[in-house]
Order: sequence, then C-alpha cells, then structure tokens
Amino acid sequence: MRPTACGEPASKGAREDCGGAHPHFLLDVLRTQDMSDFSEELTRPESEDDQEEASTVSGTRVYFPWLQKHLDTVATGGKKKKDFAQTTGACLSFIREALLKHQWQQAAEYMHSYLQILEDFDSNQRQTAPEIIWKLGSEILFYHPKSSVETFNTFADQMKNIGVLNYLKISLQHALYLIHCGKLEEASRNLSQAETWRYGEKSSSQEMLINLAQAYKGLLEYFSWSKKKMELSKLDKDDYAYSTEARNIFSHSWKTSVNFSALIKTPGVWDPFVKSYVEMLEFYGDRDGARKVLTSYAYDEKFPSNPNAHIYLYNFLKREKAPRAKLLSVLKILYQIVPSHKLMLEFHMLLRKSEKEEHHKLGLEVLFGLLDFAGCTKNITAWKYLASYLRQILMENRVAWVQEEWKSRRNWWPAFHFSYFWAKSDWKEDKDLAYEKALVAGMLLGKGYRYFRYILKQDHHDLRKKIKQMKKSVKKYSIVKPAV
Amino acid sequence: MELEEAKELKERCSQCDAISWGLTEEGKYYCTSCHNVTERSKEVINTDIIPNTKIKSISRGLKRKSKLEKGWDWYVCEGFQHILCQQAEVLKTLGVAPELKNEVLHNFWKRYLQKSKQAYCANPVYTSGRKAQVLKDNVHHSDWASGSELLSDASCASSLESGAESKSDVPTPKPFPALRTPQSESRSVPAVAASVCSGSLDGMEYSEWKEKGILKMTVPGTLALCYLSLLWQREAVTLSDLLRFVEEDHIPYIKAFQSFPEEMKLYGRDKGIFAIESWPDYEEIYKHMFEIATFLDLPRFPDITEDCFLHPNILCVKYLMEANLPDEMHGLTHQVTKMTGLGDVDSLTFDPIAKGAQTVKYDVQAIALIVVVLKLLFLLDDNLEWSLSDLAEVNNEKNKTDKPWFSFRKWYQVMKKSVDEKKQNWEEARAKYLWKSEKPLYHSHIDKPGASKRREMVVNLQKQFSTLADSAPTIEKKSPSSFQFHWAEDDPSRPCFHGHSLQGILVKKGPALVTKNSLYWLSTQKFCRSYCKHVTTYEESNFSLSYQFILNLFSFLLRIKAALLHDEVSLIEKKLFKKKYSETKKNSRSRRR
Repeated sequence: MRPTACGEPASKGAREDCGGAHPHFLLDVLRTQDMSDFSEELTRPESEDDQEEASTVSGTRVYFPWLQKHLDTVATGGKKKKDFAQTTGACLSFIREALLKHQWQQAAEYMHSYLQILEDFDSNQRQTAPEIIWKLGSEILFYHPKSSVETFNTFADQMKNIGVLNYLKISLQHALYLIHCGKLEEASRNLSQAETWRYGEKSSSQEMLINLAQAYKGLLEYFSWSKKKMELSKLDKDDYAYSTEARNIFSHSWKTSVNFSALIKTPGVWDPFVKSYVEMLEFYGDRDGARKVLTSYAYDEKFPSNPNAHIYLYNFLKREKAPRAKLLSVLKILYQIVPSHKLMLEFHMLLRKSEKEEHHKLGLEVLFGLLDFAGCTKNITAWKYLASYLRQILMENRVAWVQEEWKSRRNWWPAFHFSYFWAKSDWKEDKDLAYEKALVAGMLLGKGYRYFRYILKQDHHDLRKKIKQMKKSVKKYSIVKPAV
Repeated sequence: MELEEAKELKERCSQCDAISWGLTEEGKYYCTSCHNVTERSKEVINTDIIPNTKIKSISRGLKRKSKLEKGWDWYVCEGFQHILCQQAEVLKTLGVAPELKNEVLHNFWKRYLQKSKQAYCANPVYTSGRKAQVLKDNVHHSDWASGSELLSDASCASSLESGAESKSDVPTPKPFPALRTPQSESRSVPAVAASVCSGSLDGMEYSEWKEKGILKMTVPGTLALCYLSLLWQREAVTLSDLLRFVEEDHIPYIKAFQSFPEEMKLYGRDKGIFAIESWPDYEEIYKHMFEIATFLDLPRFPDITEDCFLHPNILCVKYLMEANLPDEMHGLTHQVTKMTGLGDVDSLTFDPIAKGAQTVKYDVQAIALIVVVLKLLFLLDDNLEWSLSDLAEVNNEKNKTDKPWFSFRKWYQVMKKSVDEKKQNWEEARAKYLWKSEKPLYHSHIDKPGASKRREMVVNLQKQFSTLADSAPTIEKKSPSSFQFHWAEDDPSRPCFHGHSLQGILVKKGPALVTKNSLYWLSTQKFCRSYCKHVTTYEESNFSLSYQFILNLFSFLLRIKAALLHDEVSLIEKKLFKKKYSETKKNSRSRRR
C-alpha cells in the first residue's frame, strides 16, 4: 500500500468534520475529490489491469481529452478508427461540455446516443463504458430538473447489473445519494445488499468496498443511535420508558462497532467513522478501546498524514485529563502539520505553563507561526497572547528569542500586518484588536512606526488609559532602539 | 403429421376425459392421449398458462423449435440482393427513373453473380470446391448444377422483386428462386453445421472465401453498384449526393440488414459481412465502383454529353448556386472547361474496358473548376481579393440602383457563418447517430442472451434519458435534396449573391472582357511521381487563408477531404497551363498568364 491513500495534501487548513454524507460524489466526472475517490485510490494498486483502467477512465484528477485520443490511436495500432467510435467519442465530449455548462437536457440528449457504447463490438470499450455512463448519468440525474429519486433509483439499479465490476462502487454511491436525499432507511437497505454481495473470489478491491459499505451502514446506525441518545437525555431517568430506550441503545452499539472496526483497520482517512466510533465507545465507558483506536489512527505509519487524527486524539486526551506532557506531544505533531490551526493557541498556553525553557521559546515560535497565515490576521486572541508574551519575554530580557523570530519576518510583516491601511481599518472595525496590534508593532518596530503612531493618535476615552500604558511598555521594551 | 401442442384448450376430451390437447396441421385440436380429433379449431391465442392442465408435448417439438431459431436457409449474396433491392427502391422514390432497378441494377447484379460464379453459371462455386468440404451427402448436388437452366428471363425478372416481398408469409420460404433451389430437408445436416457460426448458410465460407480474380461483394460495394447504375442511367445524382443521402439516412446502408425478413437470421460471421460501423467514404466507394466495373467487364457507358447533368457545364451551375456565387462566373467556368478539354465526351464518359480507363469524379471536378475560376478572378493571395472587395463596396455605396458588384468579403462573411452553422449541426447529428440495430448481433448462440440483454438494457436506459432530453426532437428527418443551402434574395440572414455582377473584376479590353487580375499561382509545381496514387500533397498551412477557406467550404459540401479537392485543382491547372508547366519549373509562387 502506498503511504498516501488520500491524494489531498493534508497540511494547510484543518479538515475537521468532513461529514459522512457528502453528496459531492456526483461531481467526480469533473472534479474528482470525494469519499468514493479515495476509495478508488486505495483499491488501485492491486492489479495491473485495474490500475490502467482507473488511470485512464476516472482515477486521474486532470483529464486531457487529446491525450486520451492519442492513447486510443496508439492502442489500435494506427488502424483507422471506426466512425462508431468517433460518434461515441464526440458524444462524450459533448456531454462533458453540456455538463460544464449545466445544460442537463442537452446532456441527456447526447447520453441517449452515448449509451450505444454498451453494445460496442469491442469488449474493452464495453467493459469500461458502464463506469463512465454511471458517472455521467448520475450527474445528469442528480441535477436535471425533471429527475426524481425514483428515476435515479431505476438508473442505479440498472447500472449495478451491467457487468459485475461496478456493482459495489455504484451501490455505495447510490447509498450516498439516498443519504443526501434523506432516505436513510433505503440507503441502509442498499448498503446491506452491497455488504453481502459476492462475486467469485473476494478480491481485495472488493473487500475494501465492502468494508466501506459496512462502515457507511455503521454511520447510519450511529446517526439513529445519537438521535436516540438525544431523546434519552430529554427523558426523565425515572420514566418507565427510560430503561427500554437505554437497552435499545446498548444493542445498537455492539452491531455498529463491528461495522466500523474492519474499515478503520485499513489505512486511509476515515474521520467521520472514527469520530462516531470513538463517541460510542466513550459513551459505553470503553476508554481503552477508544484510546487504542485514536492512537493507531494518529500514529500508525501506514496511515496517511491526517491532522484530524491528532485533533481527535488531543480532544480525547483533554477530556481524559491526561498529563500535560502527553497533550504537548500530540499538539507538537499537529503544529508540524497545521501551524495555523486554532488549537495552536491552546498549545501556546500549555507551553507557557511548562517549566522547560525550550517550551517557552517554542511558545513564541508557535504564535509567530500562527500569525503568518492570512486567515489568522484578525484573531484577537492570538494578538493578545503575542502582545502579552512579547512583553513578558522582553521583560525577562530574552531579546535574542524575539530577534530570531523577527529576522525572517522583518521584511514582510510590516506590510502584511502593520500597514497604514490596516491601522485605519483595524481601528474602525475592532478597537481592541487595533490596540493589541499596535502594542506588538510598537515593540517590534519601535514607537516611530506608523501603525503604532496612528493608534496612539486616536483619542478614545475608553482606551485612553490602556493606550497610555501601551506607550509606556513600548518605550521600555521595544527591540528597536530609538534613534538618538 | 406435423402437430403442435395446444395449451389454451381447457375442456376434457369427450372420449377419455383427459385435458391434453394438441394442434393438428389444419389447426384443429386433438387429444394427445386417445388421438381423438375434434371439430374445434384454434382461434385466439391465449397467452395465459393454466398450471393445472397436464400438457404433453409430442417429441417432434424440439426439432421444430430449433428450426424456428435457425430461421430460413439463406445465402450471403441473397442478403446483398436484399440490400440492393431496398436501395434501388429508395432511389426510385427519390425520382430516379424506374428502369434503374429492374433493368440496370438488376442486370449488373446478375452479371456480378455470374462473374463471381455464385449463380447463373454452369458450375456455381458452392457445388465445386468450397461446399464439398462441409457437405458429406453429395446426393443433392446434381440438383444445384442444374441451376444454370434457371437462367431464364422469366425467373430473373422476379428475382429482385422477391427480395422486397420476401416478408410475406410464404409457408416454405424460397425468396430467390432464380438462385439455387435448395430443399431445406435435404440440407439439414450441413445446415446445422454451418449455422453454428453464422445465420446464413455460407457466412462462414463467404468470409473466408479467397479466390483469385473474384471480387467479393461488401456493403460498401452495394453503394458502388448503385452508383454505377446511376451513372449508366446518367441520372442527376453525383457520388457525393448519393453518399450524403446515405448519411442523412435516406438510403439504407448502415443498418440495412435490419429490414431483412424476420426469418433471415443474422449472426456470427454474418456480422462481419453485414454490420457496418463507418460512414461510406467517397474515395473508398469510388475505388470500389471502379473495381466492380472492371470486374464486371462492363462496356463503355452511355456518353456524357453537354446536356447531361454530370457534364461540368451543368454541374458548375449547380455548385455556383449552392456556393452562393454570382451566375456570371458560369461563363468563366465554361471557358476553362473548354480550354482544358474537360467537357469532351470521351474524357467524361466512363469506359471500364478501355486502356487506362478512369472515371471522372464529376462533382469534385466541377468544384475544382470553380476554385480555379475563383483563383483567376481573385488570385486568393489574402490580399487582392480584399482590395477588390473594397472597390466593390465603395461602388455599391455610390451606386445603389445598378446590379451590385460582387464583394468577396461580404460573400465570405455570409458563407463562413452558414458553413460553420451547418458544420456544427452536422457534427451534432453525427454524435447523435444511433448505430446499433434493433435486432442485436451476436457471435454465436452462446452469445445471444448476452447480446439481447445488452440491447434491452440500452433500450431501457435510452428510454429513461430520452424523457429527460428536450421534449421536441431537435433533428427531424430532412427530406432529401440535392441542395444543402438555400439562398434567398429577400432574406437578410442568408442573402443571395447570384445576381451580383463581376464588374470591377473584369475589365473591358476591346471587344472582350479580361480579368483585372493578371496574376496566377499554381497550387503545385511538382506532381508525385511515385507509384502511390497521390497527385500532390496538400499541406494546409502552406496556402493562403482564402484558399484554405474555399477548399474547406467545398470539401464540406461534398463531404470529402480538402486534399482530394486540392489534387483535382492541381490537375486542372496542369491542363490549363500545360505550356507553363513544360517551360520551367523553377519559379514557385506566381507567374504571369
């Protein structure tokens, strides 16, 4: 197995709450980026044939029509392509175009003709066609104004039975569609069917898909479980209904955990599944089980790097009131993957509380790192922390630490954070933020700097006292020595 | 007695009380247990099955079933005959003289069968060599040898008709009495063997048939044969017209086998013979036509004289109209035709037996003449045609009462738009074309359920998507027409240039008119001397944009490759500037006339 099962670089931007029921699968003809897609990626490296099919038909993220054409002519050995193939090829590009332009009717019209590829004399074409038809067709049916759940269901049922290769994949995506439409029971029935489906020897790609089907079923069960739990929390404990409800919930969890465990053991990104699984385990007091799941999800090297795994683990440990050292080690990894995550503020506070000096230094680094990101520029907490921490550190006479951080930021932070424009707009929008920023600016750039000066000039009676204080601390601690 | 079981009768037998009825040949019910025949006869077929009724089938039921599945005994050439027959019928409805079918095409076909030794000869191929390998019981072969006696006019006349009428419910199907007279019983042994991989009796042998000097018929071949008949009749249909009619689905070709009678089963090897997955290609059909004509050893065709549609003078008028060019240009094409000798009867008439025989691509030639005239008038060097247009437009501004001068620019703008539109529609129609027949084709009986299932699936899915498509079918079938464009004087969206004059392009010099432009460039200096059939090579980017546009426009009209038209232009120039060609071959671009 390749170490990166999910192609998306898991660095910038946390992927918390990917959500189980994302309906975007229908778009993957045009934009392949979804649940089903990484299942494909996962199943890819087992047979040569599969790999080839996936890379030319669907697996690749970028599609070059001309390349496909070129490959086709190579494959036919320069023989003249039949006009039949030209028709289907032209149809395919017309459908793509229509889909891009959201002309669903037109797409359906060309689809009508494209379907004949299922009768191609070329058995290769015949085998690869169903998948393309499924993807295009489901996309059309998903958006077409005249389409309905029934039409989609008939289409899916028909497509499932064309060849055996696509049964599981289509079942899975069909279920996702049903979930999207809120038909949870139907979806669950669908998944159960897929789960028990077998064709010939159970190949590993099939196993993967069956696991996924199971896990989705588990997710649906989790959903009804958590709904019941909510209801239960509303019930009075003395209520006679309480005990039966509670029993119901118990029987639920056992089944669900079986559904999840197979999938979770295979490397991949399974956020929604892991999250719900852990929630259920915790609910029943199986803390060890939950910890085990989360630890292996975060630390197993076979799994792709996934910030959420660490976030889940951290939150779990926090709930468990784990020792600080443990929490720090989790967050340290998260810091390496996503330095802009909001948990970094917690990380900073933890580091500040630590006794070790290197932790104190790291605390400064973390804050600077966080504010490097455009998404965090208006995070007042971060600025507040930085202002107070800078003051503290400069008070402790550790100018070298500050200088070290400032060195690489000196030529871009002024324009990025402390421009005249920002001074004006920050003051207008959020005076507290402007105050904290001004304090930082003053300490880093000296009292002559325009951001600081601008804020200083603003005469505001609520902040008058604070600003005075600011002036004082800047005078005292700025790393820039005033020009004599 | 041939008997059939009858499930629909529920009464008890008056003699033995059993409910077990069979059906006699006369359609009367009889009891299968006591063989008592009733007076009742079968009326309505009741499809319901009554589960409690005991049904006994008589042993010959099995044989009957296999027979049904097998369908009629038929030969590959009969299939072609059927297709030809349909094609001829359509041509007739298109307004071609009715003799085409019964006299010309029929005779050609007969001659083909004879020449290829498939029928009308003392020793048809099937009795000698090929069939003997499969047949073990040669007893009946003597019957076939006598087939030559059947070459009487009486039976011939009906042979083409029967192809079309074979759908009628003749109890023992013998649709082609003029061919062999097979008795289905006698051939049951080899027929079973043959039907394993083809529905026709000889599909297997036919597809492997390789004999020197024999031209095998193909589906494209049927079109070539049709064109030969049209040419013989000197009908007003060019090859490109014929192929366009095929493309527009007027003439049966791609799914022609679909209209075979139900009993003519088609599968296995027949698929390779009759299933067509490409549009007919101009050059390919042209080649076929030539091969067939020589194979049939046809005599000189009727003369193409000046009053024939295929004569360049007339065809040029047609294409000038189609391309929206001024009528006055016709005088010039006429002159070029004369100077090059392209209008001579001898060069136009097809004579397959003559040495170095060559058919003229009438349509391509006429268009090429027009291109040459356009070059003479406008030079088409991306420069002169535009400055002449400026002149014309200035004049038209000033002078609104007279006949307007022809402006190349205006014409280009109109044509470009119309052709682009047409091309777009054409591409869309091609993308929407349904290639597969309603009857699925399969390799063998094992394959049949799969193929039928696929067909069913496709039909179901198609139904689903067609309800989602635009409610109004966008492409209704156009009625066949020799013209693809219609220009109208008073319609601003497709203005007509036919009445525009060439003034400003032609200059009066003494009593004669001379073209203002005195330059000309030759499309090619070098003709390919090797044995490949290329005349020249056409590298688009080497030529002016106007020339490219004109070639693309006309080649789209004819549905041919631009290179083919370019070749033809070069050939005409070679004749027109014979002297220049022989004089020097040094200068390449422009030279004085």
